[in-house]
Amino acid sequence: MAAHEYDVIIVGSGAGGGMATLQLANAGLRVALVEAGAYYDPADEAQRTQLRNPWESPRRGASTARRPFGDYNSCIGGWELDGEPYTQKGDTEFMWWRGRMLGGRTNHWGRIALRFGPLDFKRKDSDGLGDNWPIGYEDVKPYYDKVDKLVGVFGSNEGLYNDPDGFFLPAPKPRLHELYYIKGARKVNVPVIPARKSMLTKRINAERGVCYYCGQCSRACSIHADFSSGTVLVFPALRGGQVDLYTNCMVREVTTDAAGKATGVSYINKKDRQEYRLEGRSIVLAASACSSARILLNSRSAAHENGLGNSSDHVGRYLHDSTGASRAAFIPALMDRDIYNEDGVGGMHVYTPWWLENENLDFSRGYHLEIGGGMSMPSYGFGFAANQYNEFLGARVGGYGNELRDDIRRFYGSRLSIACRGESVPQYNNRCELDPTVVDEWGIPVLRFDYKWTQNEINQARHMQDAMEELLEASGGVLLGSKPGADRDYGLTKPGEIIHEVGTTRMGSNSATSVTNQFGQLHDTKNVFVVDAGTFVSQADKNPTWTIMALAWRTSDYIIEQMQQQNL
Amino acid sequence: MDRRETLKSLLLAPLASGVIATSGCVTSSNNSAARVSWTPLPTSYSYGRTEVEQQRDRELFAESYFREHELITIAILCDIILPNDHPNGGALDAGLPDFVEFMVKDRERYKLPVRGGIAWIDNRSIEKFGADFINITESQRLSICDEIAYPDIQDPDLQPGISFFTLMRNLTLTGYYTTALGFEDLGYKGNTPNIWDGVPEEVLKKHNMTYESEWLKKCVDQTQRDITAEWDDDMNLLT
Ligand SMILES: Cc1cc2nc3c(=O)[nH]c(=O)nc-3n(C[C@H](O)[C@H](O)[C@H](O)COP(=O)(O)OP(=O)(O)OC[C@H]3O[C@@H](n4cnc5c(N)ncnc54)[C@H](O)[C@@H]3O)c2cc1C
Ligand code: SF4
Repeated sequence: MAAHEYDVIIVGSGAGGGMATLQLANAGLRVALVEAGAYYDPADEAQRTQLRNPWESPRRGASTARRPFGDYNSCIGGWELDGEPYTQKGDTEFMWWRGRMLGGRTNHWGRIALRFGPLDFKRKDSDGLGDNWPIGYEDVKPYYDKVDKLVGVFGSNEGLYNDPDGFFLPAPKPRLHELYYIKGARKVNVPVIPARKSMLTKRINAERGVCYYCGQCSRACSIHADFSSGTVLVFPALRGGQVDLYTNCMVREVTTDAAGKATGVSYINKKDRQEYRLEGRSIVLAASACSSARILLNSRSAAHENGLGNSSDHVGRYLHDSTGASRAAFIPALMDRDIYNEDGVGGMHVYTPWWLENENLDFSRGYHLEIGGGMSMPSYGFGFAANQYNEFLGARVGGYGNELRDDIRRFYGSRLSIACRGESVPQYNNRCELDPTVVDEWGIPVLRFDYKWTQNEINQARHMQDAMEELLEASGGVLLGSKPGADRDYGLTKPGEIIHEVGTTRMGSNSATSVTNQFGQLHDTKNVFVVDAGTFVSQADKNPTWTIMALAWRTSDYIIEQMQQQNL
Repeated sequence: MDRRETLKSLLLAPLASGVIATSGCVTSSNNSAARVSWTPLPTSYSYGRTEVEQQRDRELFAESYFREHELITIAILCDIILPNDHPNGGALDAGLPDFVEFMVKDRERYKLPVRGGIAWIDNRSIEKFGADFINITESQRLSICDEIAYPDIQDPDLQPGISFFTLMRNLTLTGYYTTALGFEDLGYKGNTPNIWDGVPEEVLKKHNMTYESEWLKKCVDQTQRDITAEWDDDMNLLT
């Protein structure tokens, strides 16, 4: 047998790759972590954006092509990457977000950390649509527990069956607009509970700091008090000395031998544009659901004509994203506020989990509500439409001069917004595949998306709009904008827009209709694993990342066990 | 080099003659354009950029898009929208013309609307007062602004002007409130390490709100924040 340089080669350093790196390295395995983006640490002064004042940037936090959520967002990547296009089939409007940095999208994610519940793994049982997961909540629960303790998440134990309790840190107190929301939601019998998010409201170890409430998690935390894969998983793994980190290295394909077994990966070093190879006993793909599918599809050989792991023609299929819709209101009671520091943690302190599980509705699967508002830091865009709410007060909109200052102060922090995030039903025909003609700047074939929402998601969006109106009005709000109707699919976001890509290498016990087994191991090639959200059979109305990490840990344990038993 | 000085000295000659050439009769000898000056903004920044981003910023600063006449018009409009005669300063103290110039260069989609908007406002002002906007009197300028500062104005002839003025107001306010002067004016209190322990008591009272004790039990006791978390097997936090 050839002496392999590495026991495991991991591709991608986001939520899944970071977790696998730490667990496998802790088990004493020799690990190569290959990441297409550059090294990134929010504590590095040269990369820090946290606690900067808006005037430290010439564009004051405005978005750019490279940082679509603002130029202080800790994102290197976005919807468009130089030299790395993707294409659409027909009139598909899939939006693909890619992080290209150590830690991937976990540097700038919202840190909403939700467990899936028992029902979420078995949706077919309740509505007959899609498929059940081959595993259930009880299989993943021990790993959720471990992730809670290792990574840290605040929240509250509510005893809700499908929104399970966890090992939570205590929650931050609600802000004023959130108290208005709580009051309003109670009026219309909609539950509200503390948010569940991965920031340390309390110390969990000596290495990481405790949150000091700057509200800027999307800029990534320089004291490592919020979860980023780089700071929380990869850095400790690197300190153990078992891991070689390759940054700026873009994996082209998984290499295989004549028998079809994986031997390693080939990658392009973006600095010199040369191609290199690494050899390993096992390969773990964590490049994000669509990127891992792309690597598999590009790993064609005589033994794997259709791409690696794709004998079932299921790689890239069942791609699905969360649904989304949003609405906002002006809260007159929040005019002329006392101004104090209410930055809190980044984003909401309270949220509404799905509350209509057993109702008879004209759509299947639920959604949760994320609450926004407050006296946030002025940044580019602040003061646009400065006195538009005058319209509701019988005063004139527009004007000029010092009176605008009064308008700005009067309306500061008087907005309440809701964003819905829902579950869609995965579809066989919604997929990404290789574009037959287009390549990226390294000559690697790119992905082409083919994705349509179904009536189910559209009906769900209509329900979201009604619910948001009811809640905003009950909270004392005057609705802003107009309610999107059927002509606009009720404001349903575009597929991909919520940035929860999952399902492209789904797990299952039947190798004809799934790509991996319940451990993320390819049915076709035993020494290749997937630990990103590609393995998801369905996505629940929960954001995916906590489940990605729980499953990555579970897969890591399986790899360790299989290596001990000499099966790998 | 003090940019203000440069601007000042550049203004007088060409503009005055330009005006005469266009209109043939300058009714006002009060060429207040000559007096426009503002606090210049830095042209180099350090805020956690990648190399590619630094390069982009450098290119933007090196690019010149606006003609001098346009920049002066922008400065005068910013000054009208948020005047300097205020304890917290105004648009010119906050370097607004520089900011607007940068943003317009950064966002291709602003280029034409701002250039065209300036041309529109000049046409309007020549039509009404025989000189372009920067060369009419202050009260004449305000009378033009009054025509276009309110979106509820219906006159179809004025709609392009209204769009332009709205854009200028947006840029001016956003540019001002994202400076230290603007923070001061607003009374903004955040962006600094602190311990969030809920809405201040007196504010809660004003809004007739309370924290329910059931909810508070789920919230962080800030005196214990630095004590390492431990749980029992039933997910109860012990520390
Ligand atoms: C703005 C935003 C907000 C979000 N909010 C939430 C939230 O609140 N809750 C939640 O659960 N989720 C949220 N998400 C989603 C969350 O970020 C992702 O689910 C999570 O990061 C996925 O982890 P991953 O490991 O699969 O992939 P990623 O984090 O995307 O990491 C993949 C890594 O692989 C690298 N890579 C890709 N291709 C290659 C290649 N060929 N060779 C080498 N390396 C490669 C990439 O550069 C990247 O670093 C949010 C995302 C965004 C962008
Ligand atoms: S809010 Fe807390 S966790 Fe988030 S960046 Fe600020 S200090 Fe870090």
